[in-house]
Amino acid sequence: MSQVTEAMTLGRVGRQVRPWWALPKRWRNPIGIVGAIIVLLTVVTAVFAPVIAPYDPDAQDHDRLLPPSWSNLMGTDELGRDTFSRIVFGARVSLQVGVIAVVIALVVGAALGVAAGFFGGRLDAWLMRVVDILFAFPGLVLAIVIAGLLGASRTNAMIAIGVVYAPAFARVVRGSVLSVMSEPYVEAGRVVGASNARLIAQHVLPNIVAPLIVMTTVYLSSAILAEAGLSFLGLGTQPPEPSWGGMLNLARTYMEISPWMAIFPGLAIMIVVLGFNFLGDGLRDVLDPRLKMN
Amino acid sequence: MGLFILRRLLMLIPTLLGMSVLIFLMLRLLPGDIVDIIVGADPQADSAARQRLREAMGLDDPIPVQYVRWLGDLLRGDPGVSLRSGKPVGQILWQSLPITVELAVLAVLMATVVAIPLGVISAVKRDTGMDFGARVAGLIGLSLPNFWIATLLLLFTSTQFGWVPKTRYISLFDDPLGNLKQMWLPAAAIAVQLMAIEMRMTRTTMLEVLNQDYIRTARAKGLRDQVVVYRHALRNALIPVITVIGFQLGALMGSSAIIEVIFGLNGVGYTLLQAIFNRDYPLVQAAVLYLAIVFVLINLVVDVLYAVLDPRIKQA
Repeated sequence: MSQVTEAMTLGRVGRQVRPWWALPKRWRNPIGIVGAIIVLLTVVTAVFAPVIAPYDPDAQDHDRLLPPSWSNLMGTDELGRDTFSRIVFGARVSLQVGVIAVVIALVVGAALGVAAGFFGGRLDAWLMRVVDILFAFPGLVLAIVIAGLLGASRTNAMIAIGVVYAPAFARVVRGSVLSVMSEPYVEAGRVVGASNARLIAQHVLPNIVAPLIVMTTVYLSSAILAEAGLSFLGLGTQPPEPSWGGMLNLARTYMEISPWMAIFPGLAIMIVVLGFNFLGDGLRDVLDPRLKMN
Repeated sequence: MGLFILRRLLMLIPTLLGMSVLIFLMLRLLPGDIVDIIVGADPQADSAARQRLREAMGLDDPIPVQYVRWLGDLLRGDPGVSLRSGKPVGQILWQSLPITVELAVLAVLMATVVAIPLGVISAVKRDTGMDFGARVAGLIGLSLPNFWIATLLLLFTSTQFGWVPKTRYISLFDDPLGNLKQMWLPAAAIAVQLMAIEMRMTRTTMLEVLNQDYIRTARAKGLRDQVVVYRHALRNALIPVITVIGFQLGALMGSSAIIEVIFGLNGVGYTLLQAIFNRDYPLVQAAVLYLAIVFVLINLVVDVLYAVLDPRIKQA
């Protein structure tokens, strides 16, 4: 009883006391935080690859097919290159392809989606029909065909993945734009005579950012997987450049003698993709207002 | 119901036409000349011979004319001849389709058998350690590249049991046991990711359904937990899951290409990849269209199934 009165007099009833260093409650999703840490570590690895990697990733100056040891943490490959150094540099390839491909998808998709949602009418009908048709192709098949026909290279893999993902972004952006367009503030903007460009930039875009962030994170993980898959098939990053998918493909020839070669690149892909998936899961809890109520 | 199916079938026509235009344009407008590819290795082919070939193949006609001719041939059931092997494209694809279909069906079956019970348990025991474990396992499964799983499975079976994949496909009808022996490993490699997706979906929809009023009613009238969960909740929660399963089946038409390569299975995806590497344009065109048609048809079946399971859809 006395404790209650004390609390009341101190005015602390119903207020959470939170130490200054703790994140707000809804940011405290352990899965999301682990994801953020993995993604951050990957970015650091990619940026500081020359500092982190103990050897030149292309130098063939070790014995071949060595098992892991203190001097070659992940062993060496069939040409005597240090696998750990190649994995570290491979982070650059993975992130670069993933980010650029998703940026292509995001820019193209958002432009189409905003155009369709904002202007509506016939433009909307036609754009959405094209999007539907692109959706009717199995995604990986389209990526394989585009990358294969443009010619196997890292740039073309990025373009292929970007093209394949763009319709998904277009659809989500269009949906969000349509729901924002019915809000009173857009109407108000129109009434006071704001131009279309101003309406889009000031009122529509800022309000569709949240779902796009979640979507971008999730698609980053699938773009990294797709790049690895294309490189595995020989349609993405070309040797001797170190890409995880390509390394894994090469490892198949030697894996009975040197299983390490097949284990580490796959592990690297898995951890990075997992990081983005975890981060996406956490971000969804934070940013998706539908789920916040739970 | 008949009318509903008919309407959906009619709606397919513009989609399929659009797809065929897209495929055709993609192959014509991308860099590279078909004639160069055909005569590429032949040093004696001078420009006159090239020109004769161009005319014989109708490559000098305007693109719309070429498209209509190709479509006409297709509709008459003649998708052309492989530039590489000279065999009819239709025959090549027809032989590789059963492999891809079996792989897809087997993988989806394996995934579903595990995923749905796990998803239900995870939802029913929400926010317990078990749920957390299942969710993390789901995210990990989502992140495992299936070609890595396939590689590791092969590594494991070949070093532990000396098992090496057979390069020739054993038909399910000729030798069911030999066929399953050959197919279960690649199917398992594909199944892991599907399992993760299905499990997450089952969990989400179960959670939604368990919050519904009719579940509370069922509980209130004293039904046992098991009856509530399985008879009332799961049945309704499964409808969206079925859509996902159908979509997976469709997406596996072709996205199993990597697995087919690893296990040396001569499926449609593998055929498509080889055709791309060989620049075998008629085969690429036909294979993509083929996969797309199967994909679209599976989606149609899923839509119809959805309407059968959930009568609310039909009115929409």
